[in-house]
Amino acid sequence: LVRSPDKRLGWGVLWGLGCLSVSFLISLYYNMVLTWVLWYLLNSFQQPLPWGTCPLDLNRTGFVEECRATSTVSYFWYRQTLNVTAAIEHSGSVQWRLLACLAACWAVVYLCVIRGIESTGKAIYFTASFPYLVLTIFLIRGLTLPGAVEGLIYLFTPNVHTLQNPRVWLDAATQIFFSLSLAIGGHIAFASYNLPRNDCEKDALTVALLNSATSLYASIAVFSVLGFKAATDHGNILNLINEFDFPEHSISRDDYATVLTHLNSTQPERVAGLHLEACHLQDFLDKVPRGTGLAFIVFTEAILHMPGSPVWAVLFFSMLFTLGLSSMFGNMEGIITPLLDVGVLPRWVPKEVLTGAACLACFLSATCFTLQSGSYWLEVFDSHAASLNLILFAFFEVVGVAYVYGLDRFCDDIEWMTGRRPGLYWRVTWKVISPLLLLTIFVAYFALLTQTPLSYRAWNPQYEQFPLKQEKSYPGWVWAVCVLLSLLPALWVPGVALAQLLAQRRRKQEDTQRDTRLELQDSGVC
Amino acid sequence: MLWLLFFLVTAIHAELCQPDAENAFKVRLSIRTALGDKAYVWDTNEEYLFKAMVAFSMRKVPNREKTEISHVVLCNVTQRVSFWFVVTDPSKNHTLPADEVQSAIRMNRNRINNAFFLNDQTLEFLKIPSTLAPPTDPSVPIWIIVFGVVFCIVIVAITLLVLSGIRQRRRKNKGPSEMDDTEDKCENTVTIENGIPCDPLDMKGGHINDTFMTEEERLTPL
Repeated sequence: LVRSPDKRLGWGVLWGLGCLSVSFLISLYYNMVLTWVLWYLLNSFQQPLPWGTCPLDLNRTGFVEECRATSTVSYFWYRQTLNVTAAIEHSGSVQWRLLACLAACWAVVYLCVIRGIESTGKAIYFTASFPYLVLTIFLIRGLTLPGAVEGLIYLFTPNVHTLQNPRVWLDAATQIFFSLSLAIGGHIAFASYNLPRNDCEKDALTVALLNSATSLYASIAVFSVLGFKAATDHGNILNLINEFDFPEHSISRDDYATVLTHLNSTQPERVAGLHLEACHLQDFLDKVPRGTGLAFIVFTEAILHMPGSPVWAVLFFSMLFTLGLSSMFGNMEGIITPLLDVGVLPRWVPKEVLTGAACLACFLSATCFTLQSGSYWLEVFDSHAASLNLILFAFFEVVGVAYVYGLDRFCDDIEWMTGRRPGLYWRVTWKVISPLLLLTIFVAYFALLTQTPLSYRAWNPQYEQFPLKQEKSYPGWVWAVCVLLSLLPALWVPGVALAQLLAQRRRKQEDTQRDTRLELQDSGVC
Repeated sequence: MLWLLFFLVTAIHAELCQPDAENAFKVRLSIRTALGDKAYVWDTNEEYLFKAMVAFSMRKVPNREKTEISHVVLCNVTQRVSFWFVVTDPSKNHTLPADEVQSAIRMNRNRINNAFFLNDQTLEFLKIPSTLAPPTDPSVPIWIIVFGVVFCIVIVAITLLVLSGIRQRRRKNKGPSEMDDTEDKCENTVTIENGIPCDPLDMKGGHINDTFMTEEERLTPL
């Protein structure tokens, strides 16, 4: 909330309430991801790691059917962590392990935000620096693994064909938008605790550049590990060697192509009978799942192959946990600061109670994600709760400051704060470029959302093409929830605006009534 | 004559041991994968050892204590290293049933693996599933232990913070009221320092301290 006494910015309260609802929705599902990370972290303190082996079936001769069809890591993720149902309608039961971890996560968040910025400021010293340390360790480890160079080459070679797809640019724009956590209110909340004469221009530049630099740093670490993982996947070569009884290690990855063509020409039936998949590093890296799949499936498998797996697993998941925790601080500030400012609870109620109540409310609401269909619901929230609303809020914020408040007044304020007027670049960006970009992204995103049929990919062991995920469409009521999530935060703004307008009109009516009564009285006394 | 017999025996053996023959098993070894630099070469001596191990396993089966090394026949040895084997009965005319061989191998799988420094994955008997080791299930899952530790620490920290917050607030509440009391007291009491009462400054009249004479008065006028 912009703390200005100016009447024109009383409307800032409206954006604050909108941001409050968006932050609330985001906190719910964000902490669920943190819960999953915590679950994996708790399970990393053992050798061998639990996602490295399949459980045995009943007569101990083989592995469980579902695990044999897919990999051990997928089984651990879908069955032993999520215990996922085959469709979003089948909610299943609450997973008590996840519920316990969720409680622990919210307790940790409460511990860090208990006194507001006082405690958050101390906690963030650790949660912000620890990930960098672990990332550096992983970078060093990743670069020394075989196959890392190929991953890096893949990362840095631009694929002109992909770059021509406008969808890619839209994804990139939304990614940088959410990565900077704009419009959630966290930035404004944190910034409001700064001194009035803070050099905000330098801060803004630092934040943006540091964010992109960290992304690049992290992607180098990630892709070197992915390259390593791709290099260790040589199942095809083994199949060929076993079928044709070649000596071990006689076919290297480079010879594979030539040997395959030779065998295909001499004994095509036997080769066809092997059902070999095309073995390109590109294909593997293209098919790497995004989001939760990257961390919980691909990376966990890569960690299994590194010597000293439990150490790497502990480091990796504690890094993810601290990263998520620092993001949660921003979200919680976005919830608590508006509540404090609006004055929901009376003054004498201590801050700890407010933060405790907020955390408790979020925890109870988030228990729906611990159901067996929780991960499907998380996808719904992830794609609908935040995206459109945040872009809309950001657009209105920029337009509000540049046009309603007045760019000149804003530049005056900044001159008062930093000692110099913002240059031409800033003024042009605030006035023209940013609103235009945001509007374009919003329209494109909206068009994309309405065009693509609302479907999701379900994990169904009974599916014929298992382990591929089954494509299902959302039932009607889920679709309604999606729409509600997208619109609800944005509806705050016109809703409260309407309420304020009505209140103002009533006040004006009362004033005029009082004036006429006074006139009558005056005229009456003669 | 002897040569003929020898040829006959090998011929019969060859018939008994063929890829996909009845009661024949394929074995596949991955020595280089298992041992790397320390891999040994697969030669006829190793084959002899293999035959000995299979014969040993068969001798453990009741009714088959008379199995000899010569009853185990290997054939189709490839570079992979893979080969087929059968176990014949003492008459060398028939092969022993596959179930007996299978159960014998399964019972002694560990000994056979160790003889070659291999394990279940690198010494594969195709069609003979190995009994998998039961998973080591600790009585209390490890994640619960770690969870308990983390949760207890967090709860203790929260309690400490809340209690210190309450104490701070109580001190702040008492603080302003205490300050009011002392201000009232100041008006009525006389401060005592070292047993000597200090008079408040405004009670004293102006007294000139002679030691601090001004410059002009010290210097005698010209």
